[in-house]
Order: sequence, then structure tokens, then C-alpha cells
Amino acid sequence: MLKEYRTISEISGPLMVVEKVGEAKFDELVEVELASGEVRRGKVLEAQQSSALVQLFEGTSGMDIAQAKVRFLGRVLEIGVSSDMLGRVFDGFGSPIDGGPRIVPEKRLDISGNPINPFARAYPSEFIQTGISTIDGMNPLVRGQKLPIFSGAGLPHAQMAAQVARQASVLGTGERFAVVFAAMGITFEEADYFIADFRRTGAIERAVLFMNLANDPTIERIATPRMALTVAEYLAFEKGIHVLVILTDMTNYCEALREVSAARKEVPGRRGYPGYLYTDLSQIYERAGRISGKDGSITQMPILTMPEDDRTHPIPDLTGYITEGQVILSRELHRAGIYPPVNVSVSLSRLKDKGIGPGKTREDHAGVMNQLYAAYSRGKEAKELAVILGEAALSQTERRFLKFAEAFESRYVRQGEHDNRTIEQTLNLGWELLSMLPRTELKRLKLEHIDKYMPKAGAAAGNS
Amino acid sequence: MKQGRIIKVSGPLVVADGMEAARMYDVVRVGQRGLIGEVIELRGDRASIQVYEETGGMGPGEVVVTTGQPLSVELGPGLMRSIYDGIQRPLDVIKDMSGDYIARGVEVPGLDRQAKWEFEPRVQVGQQVVAGDVIGVVQETTLVEHRIMVPPGVSGEVIEIRQATATVEEVVCRVRDGERIHDLTLMQRWPVRVGRPYANKMGPELPLVTGQRVIDAFFPIAKGGTACIPGPFGSGKTVVQHQLSKWADAEIIVFVGCGERGNEMTDVLLEFPHLEDPRTGQPLMDRTVLVANTSNMPVAAREASVYSGITIAEYFRDMGYDVALMADSTSRWAEALREMSGRLEEMPGEEGYPAYLGSRAADFYERAGRVISLGSDRRGGSLSVVGAVSPPGGDLSEPVTQATLRIVKVFWGLDDKLADRRHFPAINWLRSYSLYLDRIDGWLRQNVGQDWPEMRAEAMRILQKEDELQEIVRLVGVDALSREDRMTLETAKSVREDFLHQNAFDEIDTYTSLAKQRRMLGLILEFHHRAGEALANGASLDRLLALEVRDEIARAKSIPEGQPEGFDAIAGRIRDQVAAASAG
Repeated sequence: MLKEYRTISEISGPLMVVEKVGEAKFDELVEVELASGEVRRGKVLEAQQSSALVQLFEGTSGMDIAQAKVRFLGRVLEIGVSSDMLGRVFDGFGSPIDGGPRIVPEKRLDISGNPINPFARAYPSEFIQTGISTIDGMNPLVRGQKLPIFSGAGLPHAQMAAQVARQASVLGTGERFAVVFAAMGITFEEADYFIADFRRTGAIERAVLFMNLANDPTIERIATPRMALTVAEYLAFEKGIHVLVILTDMTNYCEALREVSAARKEVPGRRGYPGYLYTDLSQIYERAGRISGKDGSITQMPILTMPEDDRTHPIPDLTGYITEGQVILSRELHRAGIYPPVNVSVSLSRLKDKGIGPGKTREDHAGVMNQLYAAYSRGKEAKELAVILGEAALSQTERRFLKFAEAFESRYVRQGEHDNRTIEQTLNLGWELLSMLPRTELKRLKLEHIDKYMPKAGAAAGNS
Repeated sequence: MKQGRIIKVSGPLVVADGMEAARMYDVVRVGQRGLIGEVIELRGDRASIQVYEETGGMGPGEVVVTTGQPLSVELGPGLMRSIYDGIQRPLDVIKDMSGDYIARGVEVPGLDRQAKWEFEPRVQVGQQVVAGDVIGVVQETTLVEHRIMVPPGVSGEVIEIRQATATVEEVVCRVRDGERIHDLTLMQRWPVRVGRPYANKMGPELPLVTGQRVIDAFFPIAKGGTACIPGPFGSGKTVVQHQLSKWADAEIIVFVGCGERGNEMTDVLLEFPHLEDPRTGQPLMDRTVLVANTSNMPVAAREASVYSGITIAEYFRDMGYDVALMADSTSRWAEALREMSGRLEEMPGEEGYPAYLGSRAADFYERAGRVISLGSDRRGGSLSVVGAVSPPGGDLSEPVTQATLRIVKVFWGLDDKLADRRHFPAINWLRSYSLYLDRIDGWLRQNVGQDWPEMRAEAMRILQKEDELQEIVRLVGVDALSREDRMTLETAKSVREDFLHQNAFDEIDTYTSLAKQRRMLGLILEFHHRAGEALANGASLDRLLALEVRDEIARAKSIPEGQPEGFDAIAGRIRDQVAAASAG
């Protein structure tokens, strides 16, 4: 029988202090029983000789000092995992909310996980075809990578993530694939979009969904991604499934973290976020990867909305330092009606070089990618110049680059939500666009590739 | 032994009382699991301890035992090819013991106790030795002869020495110092927070050749020098660091992955054994030691990792080697300092960093240098340190960058605008600097070419001129420029694209020798001069710019090493084609 304490001395924000406890351990799970009989959970943030500081996941509203009873459970926060979780919907704390039966756990796992030994990792090198040209052609995603989408309020990141989840699944023959989806503080409508899309395409059968919506307890969000990743690790490394984890929206997660930090009166780092934000985020993102000798993998696609579209804000900034690249959405392209509005120039996949080339995609992939980048950025410079000086001030060559940049946006970047391009289609489209430029300007391409892949003169004309 | 008791646990910080016996920076064992920690504050009998492992499940009342020893690393054969965590536990051994994830409380010595090494004596019985003298050698890898030295503080007469196949713990030599007899093994220990002693320090005179054109030609680092690479995410810090550890002409490389990505360490681990040292043809891993404390590993061990790394590096420097240490990234080290400082409730300095950030950074970088080692043969060795800095939002005014810039002599400023244009390495040529140019120019003149410093200066002038001209072009368009200025713009573009831009993933382009660098820049300047003369004589600019040979200059980077005739041929065609174009 666990001891019950009625010695709460202080409640403030999401935190409470319990006095006269002897055996509280750091990070221990805590249950609080309210006068009404409602039970809430929390964890120990600071264990002292005579007192414990506890963070409550479901908040402190309605709690009182006199009546509430506190129990220390002697274990850390865990989740029961099982293959039966596929196809099910849970709340942010891991309880089923889809009306289905309870999950009989095969195992109970600590949600904090342990760091993967770098020596045990296998380097991500298997190309994932997402069917989206701006990702496959320009910022290739590989299995075991963590590639976030940096978005802004009102941009179609949800559609894009759903498209990736839908289309990435079709690659590979006979390999098992699953999606683990964790929603943190997003609206009902956005969550509903994902669930509906997963249902319609049948993807729900191999998805595990964790839902902490905007009106759910804020502090619960700190646990949600860890729950999701613990399940993902179980599926990937014990059941051999390739798991894609979508975490949305990391901005809400960080805000919950800031709330706790402020309540603890910690010295803040930048913009009031705690100094350990980097470490905390890395403990989530670094759970992506592959382990040598294991079949499965965890690929992460976190989504975050940049406040004011500012990528130097601490959340995107620290995320970018941990993740292996970033896909940045552009409001300008979105306004111009281009979907997906990927800002190719500032997006980056750090693992691209290992995932492409002969035997993986095609020998010309690296060259085409680099040449498209260089040409697009030159075209955009020409565009800026044309805005100031007028198009007439541009040289003949610059004008061709300008035209190229426009065609690149309207044909390469733009594609339908259900347009699933193969990597060959994407690469050939790249060559077709490059044929608009003078051959002497194509310095990033190997001569033999130009001879082999460049569409012959005239072939490109008339296409649209 | 005297025991203390935990009275508070808050993340990586544990406070214990009953710790009268503890000294600052002593290593302690914390709790039932015996987690490793270090004393960082003492108040009466209370000690604040930073714990190098996760403290979840630990609570007040558990015991704390001090070991009476400062945090130390083991130095001896077996270091090469190793991958360690921040407190020198071999990650491969941890994997064998605890599986794919790093479990807590694992205790593993830094050096393998079973491995046997062929010890070849270099001194004889009766000989007098002093600290630093080499008593014998072990061929540790194909690339590294591990010199076994008399540890600091020991000297006297050799009374016994044997050629042996020995483990690191077996005694191979005995030295009598008056009444005392010292047993010497292949291994010694050294506390990580104390620099290893040397006889004297000297100014750097030789360049550390890296094969990276923008670095070697414009902003070189000297052997024994310090450099920093600040840059926002995605600007290519890690690729530059990896390139340096692959190609720098140091004999030993220590790579410290401090709070960075797990996959990056795996990349190094998997790639280095397959890469050949360009000078010897042996695997690069044979000269490399890795210290990996990834971002999700415990934060206190991250703080220790740079010290573990630099102590290992100093040990090889003492043997007389040129050692290069890469730390990626020192910002994560500073953040670990900040986190511990916050938990100690110290008064914060700028942006929450502790007020002692600057002095700690200076202590670290000052451990670099070219030295004469202890020992009677006065060997020289060097330790060069390259630290990556990850300024939040790319803002160089932040405390870690500023603290670093006050100390280091070379600044490679990465620029996200260049990175966005896929110009790599994205080192900004207008902002970066090297304070070693004057010191090493003598060597460069002798070994690369008498005119090399002048060529570098001319190319730099052209790049600076380009920046000024671009201002004008942005305002009034390129037509407003004179023909000479337009030529300058074209040459600057050629310097940028055909010389500074270097593809780390291309087989040939990844490394360029100094000789080839001079030829490449030589072609660009040759064209610039000849075309400039032709212009002055009234030739058409458009015709000059349309010459086919310009394309060949651009592709000169793919001429393999050791084929100067390729360059000679292009130089010949420059002369011919420019002459033809000006003739009419």
C-alpha cells in the first residue's frame, strides 16, 4: 500500500510542493487524488530531503491544498506498448479515445527512452521516395533521418505532411511501414484533417495517433511526443517496421516547456525559453535513426510554425541545429498559389549525399540538384534586379535565367496534392528545365551526364 | 571510506551533505547505482555534484562516496581508433555490455585491459631518464608509433627494462629515484582539467595544410594555432570540420562531437576506416580518436567531453606529433556550462551564461600551441584546435562567439547566404581572417612558390573590388561599368566559382594540394592579365568572355593531383585564344 500525503504546501501554475515526504525520487510518477475523486498525474522535478516539487500534467485548476491526496508511485512515467496499437487513437497521455478496447500491453517502457549508442547506429542511406519533387529532387529524405517542416501560421504544412505520409508508404516491396502521429496543441480541424485523410486512404490501419488538442491540458504536451516515440521505437526496433513519426506542432510543445520553466522561476535563455531547450529538443529529435542489425527505422518529420515566419526564433533555430536539415515553406509562394510552397533555396537535407546516386536514385542526381539550385538562385537574383532596373537592363543570359526561375517555380515546385512523381520523372523534369539555359553556364554538371540526359534541342520547346 | 548522503536531486545536479572529505572537482559515486559525478561546489559539508548520467529514480537519502581523485583520462596504447563518450568510456564496449542504448551506471576503463602490445625499449639499464623521456615504443596502428614516456614528476636511473608483449597494466620498466622506485607501465593517467606540462611554448611557423582551397590559400591556420568556425545551422560547419579531420596534414586527429547529432558521429565511424590518408595510403581511422557525446546524452558529460579530448590530444603532442583537435560544437559545451550554472543558482551574465564563460573558453584554447616537450631530446610537437560555434540565429554578437573570437587567431565566418546559393565551403571571404599569414609566408614562399603570397593578395583585391562594384551594379546596372571593371567582375566570379567553391563529396575536388591550388589560381589570374592587356589594346570584351578556354579554367579543379601538364596545356590555350581574340 502506497503512502498518501496530505501535505501539499503550495500550488502555483502547473507546479505544486509536497512537504514531509521521505522517499520521493527524481522524475518519479505522482498521482494526486482530488476531493472529487478525480485522479491526476504528475512527475517529480526536484526531490529534496523534506519536500518534493511536482509538475502536474493535467494542470492544477480545481485542486485544493487541504483535501488533495498525493501518492508517489515509485516508478517513472511509462507507456504500455503493443502491436495492437496500430490503427488506434489515443489522447496525449496514451489512453484510448476511439471507443475501442483497452490495450493489453506486451511491455511497459519508460517514455524518456535512453540515448542510442552512436556506435550502434547505422548510417541512414536508403532513399525514401515521397513523390514530391522539391523533397525527392532537391532535399532527399532518407530512412532514419529527422527532417522538420518549418512552416508559418496559415501555410499548408498539414497537407504536405499528409501527402508525405500517404506517398512515402508506397515505396519498398514487402516492407512494413507505419505512421506514428503526435498532435500537440493543434486545433480539432487540423487533427480531423489528418484522421480523415488517414481513414480515406486506409492509412489509418497502420497508424498510431496521439491527440493532444488545443483545449487539452497544456503540460500534458510535454509527455505526448515521448509517448509517441516510445511506441515508434518499439514498432521499429522490436517489430522491424519502418516508422514515420509526424510531430505537430513543436512550437506548442516548447511553449508548454516555457510555462513550466517560468513557474519554476528559472533563469531564462533567449525569449524566455529555458536554457535547456536545446537539450530537451534533442532528446526528442535524436530518437530518430537506424540501428545496425535491426530491420526497422524511425524517420521523423516534426512540424513547427515559426512565429512571424522568423527562422532565427529559438524554436526553429535550435531545431535546425539538431535535425538533419529543414524544409521551409514560403508565404510568398503560397500567395502565388503554388503548392507545395517549398522555399527550395533555404531548405536543406543534410543526408542527401548518402541517399542518392547510382544504385540509389540515378547517377546524375547530385549534379542536377546542384545545378538547379545554382541556376534557380541566379534566376532569383536576376528577378530582384529586374524589379529595380527593369527587365531591359538584364543581359541576354540573365533573362534566360529569369525565365528559368519562373518555370522552375511553376512546373518543378508546383504539383498537385495527389500528384505522386517518381524520382525519374522528377530528374527528367529537372533536365528539361535546365535545357532552357546556355550549355556553357551548366558548370555543376558532368559533361557525360549532359550528353546522356539533356533533352535534345527542340524537345523542351512547347512543353508546359 | 566516508560517505555522504543526497539531500536534493534536480536533473543533473545532486546536492549531498556529510561530504567534508571531498575536494573540488573530485569524482564521486552517486546513489545505489554508483553513477559518476564530479564535485563542482562546496559549502560547509555540502557538496554540489554534476552527475554524468541520468538521475531519474534517484532520491534523497542515497549514499555518495568520493573517490578522492579528479576526473582523469587513461593515456596509453589503445587510444587510436577508439570512440569514447564524454568521460572516456569506450562506446563499443558499452554496446557489448548494455546493447543498442546507453544504459546507466556502466563502468568501463578507457583502455582495454586485455589487449597486448609489443613494447620495444629505447633506453638501457643504468641510463638516467627524466620526465618526458621516451623509454620505448609500441606500434599502435600502421600510422602511429606510440611513444611510451616517463610520466611527469618521475625521474631517475633505469634499473630494469624489458622488451615485452604487455598489457597496459604490466610493469615494463623500473626507475630508481634515490630511495623510491617507480614502476612504469604502458599507461599513465592525467586529470582532464589540467593542461599537461611541457618544456616551452613557441610561436607557430608552419601551416596546417588542409587541402581546402579557401582555407589554405586565404585564411590558413598554423600548426599549433587556434581557429573557430561560427555559422548558423545549415551553413556547413560540420562538413568543414569533417574535411579538416580527413585531410589536414596532422599526424593525429582528435574529433570531439560535443552535443551534436548521433548520425554525424556514425558517419565518421563508418567512413573513416574506408578513407585513405593522402600521404601514406593507410586508413584515416588509424590516426583518429573520437570523443562522442551527442546532444541527447547527459549534459554534464558534454561539459567534460572537450577536456577529455584535449587531454588525449596533449598526450600525443608530448610524444612529438602534430595533433589537430576538432570540437563540434563549443556552443553546446557552453550551454552545458549554462545549464549547470543555472541549477547552482549562480548570478547569470549575458544571456544566462555564467560570468566565467570567457575565462573557461580561454583556458581551453590556450592549451593549443607548438611546444618543446619535456624530456632530454627536446622533441617538438604541436596541438592545433579548431572549434565550431553555433550562434543562435547566426547572430555573431552572442556571448559564446564573442568569447571565442577574443582568443582564437583564425576566424572562418560561415555565411548562410552563400550556403543558400550552395557555395561551399560557405566561408565568407570578406569577413574571415587569419592572423598567421605573416608567420607562415616564409614557409609558403619556399615550398609553394615565391609569388604565392602576392597571388593571394591579388585575388583578394579582386574579390574586394567585386564587392564595391556590385554596389554600383545594384544601383545603376552593369552597363554603367567600364570594360575593365566588367572584366574584374568576371574574374572575381571565376575566383569564387572556379577556385573557392569546392565540392567535399567529389572524389578529386575534396582535397587540393598547395601546388595544385597555386596552378588553379594561376590560370585564373593568367587569363585576367592577358585579357586585361588585350582589352587595353582594344579587343572586344564579349569576345574575350566567350572564349572556350574559360570553360576549361572552370573545370581545372577536376584535373587529378600530380598532373601539371594539364595546367600547362590550359595555360598555353589561354595565350593562344586571347591572342587570337585580340588580333581581330
